[in-house]
Amino acid sequence: MSRYIIRRLLQAIPLLLIVSIILFALTMNLGDPLATMGGRRATRPADRERLTRQLGLDQPMYKQYLYWLIGNDWERIDLDGDGEAETQGTRQGVLRGDFGNSMMKRGQTAWEVIWERVPNTLLLMIPAEIIIITFALLIGIYSALRQYSAADHVITALSFIGYSTPIFFFALISIYLFSVNFKRWGLPSLPAVGMFDPQVGKTTGQVALHMILPVLTISFVSIAAYSRYIRSTMLEVMNQDYIRTARAKGLHGRYVIFVHALRNASLPIVTLIGLDLALLLGGALVTERIFAWPGMGRLFLDHMQRMDVPVIMGILMLLSLSVIVFQIITDLTYAVLDPRIRYE
Amino acid sequence: MSALMTPATKHDQPDKRPILLDVKNLEVCFHTPEGTVYAVNNISYQVREGEVLAVVGESGCGKSVSMMALLGLIPKPPGDIAGGQAFFMDRDLLPMSEEELASIRGGEIAMVFQDPMTSLNPVLSVRRQMTESLLRHYDMTGEQAEKRAIELMELVGIPDPERRLGDYPHQFSGGMRQRVMIAMMLACNPSLLIADEPTTALDVTIQAQIIELMVRMREHLGLALIWITHDLGVVAGLAERVIVMYAGMIVEEADVDNLFENPQHPYTLALLGALPRVDRRRDSRLKSIPGAPPNLLIAPRGCPFAPRCEYTFDRCREERPPLFSISAGQHSACWIDLATGKPRER
Amino acid sequence: MSAVDSISPPVTLSPSADELAPPLTFRQMAWRRFRRHRMAMFGSITLILLFIYAFGGGMIYTAERANFTDTSQRLSPPSPEHPFGTDTVGRDVLARTIQGGRVSLMIGLTAAILEIIIGVLIGAAAGFFGGVTDSLLMRFTEAMLIIPALFLLIVMARLVGGNVYFIILILGLTSWMYVARIVRAEFLSLKENEFVLAARSIGTPTREIIFRHILPNSMAPIVVAATLAVATAILAEAYISFLGMGVQPPTATWGNMLDGSYNYIESAPWLWIFPGLLILLTVLSINFVGDGLRDALDPRSRNI
Repeated sequence: MSRYIIRRLLQAIPLLLIVSIILFALTMNLGDPLATMGGRRATRPADRERLTRQLGLDQPMYKQYLYWLIGNDWERIDLDGDGEAETQGTRQGVLRGDFGNSMMKRGQTAWEVIWERVPNTLLLMIPAEIIIITFALLIGIYSALRQYSAADHVITALSFIGYSTPIFFFALISIYLFSVNFKRWGLPSLPAVGMFDPQVGKTTGQVALHMILPVLTISFVSIAAYSRYIRSTMLEVMNQDYIRTARAKGLHGRYVIFVHALRNASLPIVTLIGLDLALLLGGALVTERIFAWPGMGRLFLDHMQRMDVPVIMGILMLLSLSVIVFQIITDLTYAVLDPRIRYE
Repeated sequence: MSALMTPATKHDQPDKRPILLDVKNLEVCFHTPEGTVYAVNNISYQVREGEVLAVVGESGCGKSVSMMALLGLIPKPPGDIAGGQAFFMDRDLLPMSEEELASIRGGEIAMVFQDPMTSLNPVLSVRRQMTESLLRHYDMTGEQAEKRAIELMELVGIPDPERRLGDYPHQFSGGMRQRVMIAMMLACNPSLLIADEPTTALDVTIQAQIIELMVRMREHLGLALIWITHDLGVVAGLAERVIVMYAGMIVEEADVDNLFENPQHPYTLALLGALPRVDRRRDSRLKSIPGAPPNLLIAPRGCPFAPRCEYTFDRCREERPPLFSISAGQHSACWIDLATGKPRER
Repeated sequence: MSAVDSISPPVTLSPSADELAPPLTFRQMAWRRFRRHRMAMFGSITLILLFIYAFGGGMIYTAERANFTDTSQRLSPPSPEHPFGTDTVGRDVLARTIQGGRVSLMIGLTAAILEIIIGVLIGAAAGFFGGVTDSLLMRFTEAMLIIPALFLLIVMARLVGGNVYFIILILGLTSWMYVARIVRAEFLSLKENEFVLAARSIGTPTREIIFRHILPNSMAPIVVAATLAVATAILAEAYISFLGMGVQPPTATWGNMLDGSYNYIESAPWLWIFPGLLILLTVLSINFVGDGLRDALDPRSRNI
């Protein structure tokens, strides 16, 4: 068991390295950071050159990547352009948690900028995840047990529509319905912009109210997709021979479903949940944009506009890391839950 | 004759044991998008207490379906019991509700299935799978159920049962798994055990062990046994009476001796002829039955075996033969008397 | 003793069927199964209608009409003159949905083809050759899968700009992984089959074995994956265009028509309702058809 853990962890490291290389190769060509840093003032050529050397942009690609990964404080760099390296580098590199300074938000490191926003995204995603899991399970299992019924057909059709809907369309519809038209119809309307009403202040009530529509939007499509998968898993399990055996022993129907069937269905379902959690952090991109929610997704979009590479790379690496971590956790959970793997 | 036969089954003495299961005109069909298929097409038979009945036939002849229908294990949307009655101890099983059937399943009628790997739940321990039917049918505590489970495992010959109780199915070998299945199903002392090809998925050597185990169980517990198989060798060694099925119908029914010594139906003849035998010449060819079983969607008008039969004449293709009574205990659904070669009248 | 001296004959079915109907080919059976799938038939018909809408309608509502701005008419609601209303600079929304449909559908299809080609090549190579090739290719595939898709697309879209062909390229380059995994799985299992051994033993060259023997036998999941790939490509294009990073106006796509429309949710809902519905309808139909295909081509993998 512990060998399995170690093996998975060891496998993860080269993967992360490959991911970082791919991302680095893509983002380093992303336009001119110097223009970004300079802001609206024109930069003098001398300043430009100094900045270039300071940021290490005059170095060959592999060296830039190296500095990005492990920093350059172990080396001297040539800051004044005379061909001689004399200044001690200050970067510590990603492996020590240094993603560089944000080019957009002067004075803050990329990490600080990102971590400011992560809680806001989690505030949307965690309740959404709970709602998704609960409803997908309920709908999926109900649908499977009532296969061929009218309810099943209706649910199936709705699920298809659900997961074929682009999130932004659903968001717009929900805003139109619950925000705009509720107001027209004299019903209490749900807010559709931001995290709280600036006139009222950032109270729990305000935030909760503002959370409703975005969380609903995020949940809708996933519930539709996952309930299909869960239904399909349950059906597959219910058709297995051991269910027939369980019934042949005279066990009650409920018992057969909840003990025999669900225990087996829970394995792929746990995998599904685990992999969905992996995408947790990155799941609110479009939603945050539409609802002007100050989360990490919106941060990414804003900083992409301004080509703030350190922040962008920070976000991308954070997302990739969380994906890998959750994949490993999911694998482990599966290995623990499935006796065929646990007792080899 | 096999030494496994008990005296009560010698065919010259009338069988006085009470009738346990009385199936009349059972019909089971499946509604498919292409049409309705009658997998079981009007069969009738009886099983007495303590009797061993073998049901023989090719894959797809309806033998498994007919047994599962008795216990209500046929999936109901495509499947349907189209007619007939099945009296088990004077109660008709077919119209019973799910609850009523559930209390009979495992308790009075038990069924052992073909593939022990897929028939046992891989994520539940053997302890759980053994004790759950005991707990369901009897008013026991968990400990008592566990004790009983261990006893049963010993009975079926599983070594070191206390330790193995906590194991999972994948930790047992194929033969051991089937023993676990048998122990599970015998847990509540059923009076009838239906075994659906329990040894087909196993090694030949293990097969012999399982058969021997079943015989022992039967003698020990006095239960009646319906053994579904396509292997005539097993029939010879185990059964008292035999039903031969083809295309959802019973084509011959006889005591086991009569079946082998005096088969009356061409299909039975063909099956026996296809058996490899030690006493034949080594270079003689195995006789196989030409053709294939019929597509049950488009059932023929006459005898379903007619296209593959050596002995047909016109009536065979026109009209379905009823089950003629040949002698006490032997019936054959064939228009031709194989002894004389002459057609039979109703 | 059973009283079965003379049992009435069993149930007789089709009274005059003396011969068995000839067996149907795989293709015929698959088509039958597909036809029975109501949602798939609905999806197919809808798709055909959508294609007529976009490409047929495109001959009437040309690109010029779609890009024709008339600010005096801006943001006018649906009327006989402009059945879907006009947008923020007075362009006819109906014409834009038609032209946008052409672009969106074309991008979706082409990107899907590209992604299938890449996916098949990589998956086949990994599955067939195994060993080091497999390990390397799979590490790369996994790494690509780990990066969240939309983020990756945004970064790449920023790199290549708003040209339609580049958009197709990056769509293809970011979604081949799913196809590759499926193809690899098929190849891994099929290459152990005896027909491959037989082909090898008579000296069939590797390329032929891959393309003439194994690939045709793994078409079922590939076809299903290909169909669904079109849906995901259309959605992906819609997402990045909505975010303003895909195809740039004045060229219309259904996605970029929704960009910025949430400033006019209340005042001009026709701006987002029509393109949004069209995207939904298209993706839904493709998903239906994909489901039907899966049912038709590989019924064993389904539970309905």
